[in-house]
Amino acid sequence: MSGSESHAVILLESVSHALRAEKILKAAGIRCKLIPVPRQLSSDCGVCLRIAAADGERAAGVLAGRLDYFNIAPLEK
Amino acid sequence: MKTIYLDNAATSFPKPPGMMEAMNSFQRDIGANPGRSGHGRSIDAGRVMYEAREALAGLFNIDDPLSVVLTKNSTEALNIVLLGALAPGDHVVTTGMEHNSVMRPLRYLASRGVDLSVIECSPQGDLDPADLQKALRKNTKLVVMTHASNVTGTIQPVAEVGRMVRQRDGVMFCVDAAQTAGALPIDVEDMNIDLLAVTGHKSLFGPQGTGALYIRRGLEKRIAPLMMGGTGSRSEFEIQPDFLPDKYESGTPNALGFAGLCAGVQFIVGQSLRAIREKEKLITAAFLQRMEGCPDVTVYGPAEADRQTAVVSFNVRNVTPSDAALYFEEECGILCRPGLHCAPAAHRTLGTFPQGTVRFSFGFFNAPGDADAAAEAIRDLLKG
Repeated sequence: MSGSESHAVILLESVSHALRAEKILKAAGIRCKLIPVPRQLSSDCGVCLRIAAADGERAAGVLAGRLDYFNIAPLEK
Repeated sequence: MKTIYLDNAATSFPKPPGMMEAMNSFQRDIGANPGRSGHGRSIDAGRVMYEAREALAGLFNIDDPLSVVLTKNSTEALNIVLLGALAPGDHVVTTGMEHNSVMRPLRYLASRGVDLSVIECSPQGDLDPADLQKALRKNTKLVVMTHASNVTGTIQPVAEVGRMVRQRDGVMFCVDAAQTAGALPIDVEDMNIDLLAVTGHKSLFGPQGTGALYIRRGLEKRIAPLMMGGTGSRSEFEIQPDFLPDKYESGTPNALGFAGLCAGVQFIVGQSLRAIREKEKLITAAFLQRMEGCPDVTVYGPAEADRQTAVVSFNVRNVTPSDAALYFEEECGILCRPGLHCAPAAHRTLGTFPQGTVRFSFGFFNAPGDADAAAEAIRDLLKG
């Protein structure tokens, strides 16, 4: 994930869910990083997963059915 | 004098070295609040909690680690279920071999209008599943029972009861596995367990102050939380999250303890549960064999290593349990537990209420010779 790459974030219900999602994504070979939830997306104090924007669709595919709730949003610079 | 620890049913001792190392390393290198702050070490702390969920899920064949709620012990886990699921007018079924962690909340609920049936067990502590089946009614909401008695080690027919309860729509099946998690195989799918309460500090080799509750997905809608508060999730809302595990995990958890519990469970997996059970069975059988044909010693429960955990309750003729325990400690260096073991219901079933029994509880780390030393101590006491 270089600085010029565009990113998306996956918002989840809690840090436990984020850690589960991280494991699932890594097992599927999708690079991701846990970061604090950006203020413009939510006032939640938790964490979310940052991925390359290009991986969004594939990430949604792997997580579907394994986590009840997640939302993928583009990350503005 | 060498000390022999025979109180593993109260809490296991010693613990595997990896358990202490994991706790040391958590406090030295991580030490942050899990899931609260979003920085690297907070996430690492959250990861420790997650690994503990995953380790427990693996041990009990739970498919989703997020349905493992981390608690401070099995008492908290059981209270979440009992106080959170039962309301006046509901019917709940339990057995005559329960610990007070089940009986006290149930007696309280009964005083508030919950209908309670306590199914009698044999004088050895065995439950006949058919008796339990007969007690099920239209308004039965929950069946709660121990997997093995903390007094006699009697292993209950949990799988049979689970199968029976599964056939009844809307009845939840809760198992108190405080004495068996890490000592006997538990498979929540095979045994049709909906709710599994475990403690971390006994056969799971974690520290005190750790435990867990498995909640079958969907049942969280039927169980109110015992406590509410900060969870690190949905902070913008002033209402409690309704999803697993956060719904039941308010306030900063014992992450340090769960680092240790996770290492304890990994130790079990490394040794294999089968090997642990075999070793505990062997020492229990050796002790029971030495008690056979001893007219002055009454052993309670099955007195058959295959049918019990590594727990043996007994009385020595004309000696009160407390006097016997004091003698064992002062004269033989044996640490054990006399009395009622927080289970008056079980002692009534066994016919040992109110004087209680002496309980020797062996563990994985006992030497085979400890069974001989235990038998020798009883012989010495009898010689007086």
